[in-house]
Amino acid sequence: MANMSETPQPGYNFAYLDEGSKRMIRRGLLKAVAIPGFQVPFGGREMPLPYGWGTGGIQVTASLITPEDVLKVIDQGADDTTNAVSIRQFFERVAGIASTTRTREATIVQTRHRIPETPLEPGQIMVFQVPIPEPLRFIEPSETETATLHALSDYGVMHVKLYEDIVRHGHIATCYAYPVEVNGRYVMDPSPIPRFDNPRLHMSPALMLFGAGRERRLYALPPHTEVVSLDFEDYPFEIQRPEAACAICGSTESYLDELIVDDAGTRRHVCSDTDYCQARVKAREAAA
Amino acid sequence: MYVAVKGGEQAIRNAHCLLAHKRRGNTARPELSVTQIREQMFLGVARVMCEGALHDAELAALALKQAAGDTVEAIFLLRAYRATLPRFCASRPLDTGAMRIERRISATYKDIPGGQQLGATFDYTHRLLDFALLAEQEAPKPPESAPARADACPHIMALLAREGLVGEERARAENEPPPDITREPLAFPASRAERLQILARGDEGFLLALGYSTQRGYGRNHPFAGEIRVGKVDVWLEAEELGFCVPIGEIEISECEMVNQFTGSREVPPQFTRGYGLAFGSAERKAMAMALVDRALLAREYGEEASAPAQREEFVLAHCDSVEASGFLSHLKLPHYVDFQSELGLVRKLRRDRSRR
Repeated sequence: MANMSETPQPGYNFAYLDEGSKRMIRRGLLKAVAIPGFQVPFGGREMPLPYGWGTGGIQVTASLITPEDVLKVIDQGADDTTNAVSIRQFFERVAGIASTTRTREATIVQTRHRIPETPLEPGQIMVFQVPIPEPLRFIEPSETETATLHALSDYGVMHVKLYEDIVRHGHIATCYAYPVEVNGRYVMDPSPIPRFDNPRLHMSPALMLFGAGRERRLYALPPHTEVVSLDFEDYPFEIQRPEAACAICGSTESYLDELIVDDAGTRRHVCSDTDYCQARVKAREAAA
Repeated sequence: MYVAVKGGEQAIRNAHCLLAHKRRGNTARPELSVTQIREQMFLGVARVMCEGALHDAELAALALKQAAGDTVEAIFLLRAYRATLPRFCASRPLDTGAMRIERRISATYKDIPGGQQLGATFDYTHRLLDFALLAEQEAPKPPESAPARADACPHIMALLAREGLVGEERARAENEPPPDITREPLAFPASRAERLQILARGDEGFLLALGYSTQRGYGRNHPFAGEIRVGKVDVWLEAEELGFCVPIGEIEISECEMVNQFTGSREVPPQFTRGYGLAFGSAERKAMAMALVDRALLAREYGEEASAPAQREEFVLAHCDSVEASGFLSHLKLPHYVDFQSELGLVRKLRRDRSRR
């Protein structure tokens, strides 16, 4: 691993965490990769950013990153949202690494709430920031109970919850953090990504790592892992299709943010993935 | 149109610049020094050290200055710094029996070996604003007749235990290393040592409210303030290569032992039990609240019904940390456009479905 001499921030180790803590996290990640979808407890450290602001993802990234890595950080799909900026600056400061906004150029993509529109490639690592790693948490608040349910693969409560949604609303009313079954075994919370992004988890060529700092849990999807969004035969899983086109790049395929642009409440839509959007605009300009 | 999400970098820089400017305030006034905070706001400093889990008055005072007096923010600053420090070893258990007492009271006995000593306390002050403090004035003098220092102050609980009136508590084996909740993830059920570590770092307000709830009947545990002592104790380290212990300094702590009743069972005669609280500095409210919650969390061990909030281990331990709680609360300020957008889409769809029906 990199040594202290490469430390851009005096008084701190490369990438902030000491090497012992990094090893501890990597051991946890290895276990997580070996048991896809299983939540591995780890001795999460206090980070200089608040809990809930990506400390799990930051610790995962810090434990993996080398001086040769190129880091992309997104929040809500965008590179320039305030917290993405803050986390990217943190790593530039404590690891002196190169960063990018281009999905294709990144070796590590740390994300909150989105998976990039641009398909990921083998060798890339996605790091997800996770607020509540336990998919059963809002059905069963006790950790002792949920651990038992996972051990027994007893996911009936989750299916009952989805069934009740259908009875009440006519649809499964979970729009983000939509639960998935991993490798035919563990039910996993994919972090609060919109369910639009769920199909991208399935058989992804990139390694997907999940870090929950406050809850001190790690989990992972190794490349090419089967990931199935929970559903019923008569109510199959479906994604929410965008109802408009991006006002900037015209995409009808990407996940869109809604903007209210005047007092009359006029709505416009733009891509949540800023890199994807800009690349499309550039390509169009080049073609013109 | 992209203004809403662009320009984050410059905006963050400006916000921090503005904060630093506001913190300093009117430059016509002298700047508050860390030494002033440390010496004249020592109770605030003690709380930051305790919940920041680092005994360093200088850095705690610095954190308070940097946080412009926001205690929870100062605690976070100290915690984050603490996490980067190397851990060499665990000290020997503090010998609080050998404390150099500054304050020591018992509510269970009128007179006790070593005597009662009030020390410096807000107790019995009439809470009237002292307008004289508005103007700088002559420094108050110490009391003329300083109380004789109590030399032998045995723990009240030990006196009760000698009579066999205190239930046995499972002690850790001498050679068993103490758990460290800052290094290892917590698993439930937690050991008492782990619980006490978490409570010691726990938010005073949260513990106060929980302790209060037990007093009002939510998991009542009949507490008496058996003993509260505040003073200095030596910290000893066992130097492995030397084979003997060396003192590395002294710290001020507050210790509270609550005497709680236990009705006993078929096998165990009625006896008293102990709720324990310990905090850095002069912090007896924290120590007392902690002792009440510690005893409440012993419900399972004593075979008591554990239904009140203060008795529920997962509930208490998972929520008593102000750094975790304020972090997760404040994350609500982060953008949630994506998730909100998906909810918005669903709610609109559900409403459309409904109007079609």
